[in-house]
Amino acid sequence: MALLLLIQLLNSLAFGMLLFLLALGLSLIFGVARVVNLAHGAFYLLGAYLGLALTQALGSFWVSLLLVPLLVGLLGVSVERLLLRGLHGRELEQVLLTIGLGFVLADLLRAWFGASIRSVPPPAELSGPLILGPLIYPKYPLFVLATGLLLFLLVRLILARTPFGIQVRAVTTDPAMASSLGIRPTRVSLATFGLGSALAGLGGVVGAPLIALAPGLDAQMTLFALIVVVIGGLGRIEGAFFGALLVGFVDGFGRLFFPQVAMFLIFALMALVLALRPEGLLGRRGT
Amino acid sequence: MGRINRRQVVKAGLGVIGLAASSKFSFAVAQREEPLRIGVVLSYSGPYARLGQEITRGMELYLERVNLQAGGRRIQLLKEDEEADPAVALRKVRKLVEQDRVDLLAGIILSSSAYAIRDYVNEKQIPLIIANAFANGITRERRSPYIFRTSISSWQQHYPMGAWVVKNIGKKVFLLALDYAFGKEATAAFKESFLQAGGEVVAEVYSPLGSTDYSAVISRIAAARPEGVHAVLSGSDAVIFMRQFAQFGLNRTVQLAVSGEVTDETVLEAIGEAALGAKSGNHWVYTLNNTANKEFIQAYRKKYGGVPNHFAVRGYDAMQFIVNAVQDVQGDVSNKRKLLEAFKRAKIISPRGFVQMDPETNNATQRVYAREVARVDGLITNKLIADLGIIRDPGK
Repeated sequence: MALLLLIQLLNSLAFGMLLFLLALGLSLIFGVARVVNLAHGAFYLLGAYLGLALTQALGSFWVSLLLVPLLVGLLGVSVERLLLRGLHGRELEQVLLTIGLGFVLADLLRAWFGASIRSVPPPAELSGPLILGPLIYPKYPLFVLATGLLLFLLVRLILARTPFGIQVRAVTTDPAMASSLGIRPTRVSLATFGLGSALAGLGGVVGAPLIALAPGLDAQMTLFALIVVVIGGLGRIEGAFFGALLVGFVDGFGRLFFPQVAMFLIFALMALVLALRPEGLLGRRGT
Repeated sequence: MGRINRRQVVKAGLGVIGLAASSKFSFAVAQREEPLRIGVVLSYSGPYARLGQEITRGMELYLERVNLQAGGRRIQLLKEDEEADPAVALRKVRKLVEQDRVDLLAGIILSSSAYAIRDYVNEKQIPLIIANAFANGITRERRSPYIFRTSISSWQQHYPMGAWVVKNIGKKVFLLALDYAFGKEATAAFKESFLQAGGEVVAEVYSPLGSTDYSAVISRIAAARPEGVHAVLSGSDAVIFMRQFAQFGLNRTVQLAVSGEVTDETVLEAIGEAALGAKSGNHWVYTLNNTANKEFIQAYRKKYGGVPNHFAVRGYDAMQFIVNAVQDVQGDVSNKRKLLEAFKRAKIISPRGFVQMDPETNNATQRVYAREVARVDGLITNKLIADLGIIRDPGK
C-alpha cells in the first residue's frame, strides 16, 4: 500500500509539473496582456505534434525539445502582433478570437496528423525503469518533474532579477504607471506572449511521452490550465506552481481511488476555492 | 426526361415478354451470367478504419485466389462505410438491399452494428456473413437463421485462456478490461474457466475507452504484485497500456496474458519491442504450420507487404465461406433454403486451421491457440506456444 501511494505520488507530481508548464504561460500572458488565451491548449497540442514530427524527421528528441518552443513562441508572437493587438482593451472580442484560433489550430492538426491516438515513446536515454530498492519507477516522469522544477526556479529568477522580469512585474501590477515610467507595455506584452506560448509548446514536447496525443486534448489542456490558475491565483508564478501540484494530486489520487468521479473532484476543489477565496489560494486581493 | 422514360418503359416491356417466352432452363442460365453481388459493410473511416481496410484486403486476397468466381458466377463486391456507427450501418445495409439489390451481405466490425441490422436482415431474408463482430448474443439469444459468424465469439476467444493461465502463468491474476460490452463479456468468459481451474482474482479493473494515460492502473498492478495480468484492450488503449507497462519495468516481473486483440499485428506495429514476451489467446497465429497459412501469408506479403494480421484472416475466411457455399449450390442463390443449408454445412481449410460452421448456432467452431509475441524472421509478431483445442460456442 505504501508503495502504491509513493508511485502514485510520483505520477501526480509529474502530471502536476506538466500542468505547471501550461498554467505558467497562461498566467504570465494574463498578467501582462490581460488576455485569457483560450488557444493555450491548442498551442500545447501543436507543440506535441511538432515534437513528434521533428523527432521522427531529425532523429533526436533533444533537438526538437529546443526547436519546438521557439517555433510555437514565434507563432505566439505573431498572434499577438497581428491578431490581438488590434483588439486591445476589448476583452470579449479577444477571448472569442483565441477560442476561434484554438479551433482552427486543433482542426488543422487533426487534418494533418489524423484522428487516431498517438503514443510517443520517450527518448532512449529516458526510456525504461529506474530501480531503487523495492521501488521501480519509469525514468521519464522523473525527467518531467525535474524540468518543471527547473523552469519554476528559472522563471522566478528571471522575474526577480532581470530588467525584463522587472518590466513584466511592473506592467502586471499597474500598466498605466509602468508606461508613464518609460516601459512600453506593447513590447513587454509581445515578449510575454512569445514566452508563454513557447512554454505551452515545451509542455507539448515534454508531455507527449507522458500522456498520449489525441484530438480533443487541446480543450482538455486549456481547461486544466484554467482550473490551475483559478485555484492558484492569476498573475503569480507561485500560484501556478502550487495550484498545479494540488490539481495533480487530486487528479492522480482521484483516479486511483475513485476513477468514476476523478474529474468531478477537481471541479469540486475549484468550486470550494472560488467560494472561500475567489482570488485564488495565492492570488492578490483587490486587483 | 420524357423520352428516356418512354424508352425505359419499352425496354422493360420487351424484357417481360422475353422472360415470359423463355423456358425455366434458359432463365437459370441467364441468372448465372449475371454477377453475384455481395454488399460489404465495414468501417472505412473513423477509429476502426484500419480494421475495415485489413478485412477488405483479406476478402480481396481470397477472391483473387478463385479468380473472382464461385459456382460459375462472377463475384462483385459493393463496399459501404459502416463509420463505426450502428445507425449508419443500418442505413447502408438498407441501401445495399433495396437499391443495389445485393444477393448477400458480409462484414460488420461493431457488435452494436450487428444488433442494429439484425431484425432488418432477418425480415428481408438476406444472408449475412459476420466477419468480425464478437458479441456472444449475435449467435445466442439474438441469433437469426440468416446470420452466420465466421470470425469468433468473445466467449470462444477468451474462455480457453483462463485455465491455461492458471497452469502456465500463475494463480494470482489481475484483470483489466475496457469498460464496455466487449471488455465485460471477454473478462467474464476468461473468469469462467480461470476460477474453475483454481485461479484467484487479485483485482478487477474496468477503464474507460480511449484513455490517454494508464499510470494509475499500472500503479495498482505494481502494488498488487500479481503473477499475471489479463488485459482486454484494443487499438490505442492497447498501445498506451503496453508502452507504459514496459516503461514501469513491470514486463520483467509480471507476465502479460492478454486478449488476442491486444497483441494483434496491427497493434504490435505501434507498440514495438515493448510487447515482446506477452502471451495471448487467439484463433490465428503467424507461425501456424499449415499449407493454407503459408499460402495466405505469402500472398498477403506479396500484395500488401508488412505482417498480416487476424483481421485480414477474418476477411479471407469470410469470403472463403461464401465462395464455398455458393459453389455448393452451383451459383443459384435464389433458393434461400438451399443456400442457408449450404452455409450450415460449410467447412473450410483456413489459415487458422480447420474451421466448421456449427449448424445449431450459425457460429464457426474452431481451434484457439496460446501465442507469444516474439521476433520471427526479423518481424515482431506472434508465435505458437500451445494448441488449446477445438472450441465451440455453447450458443446460450
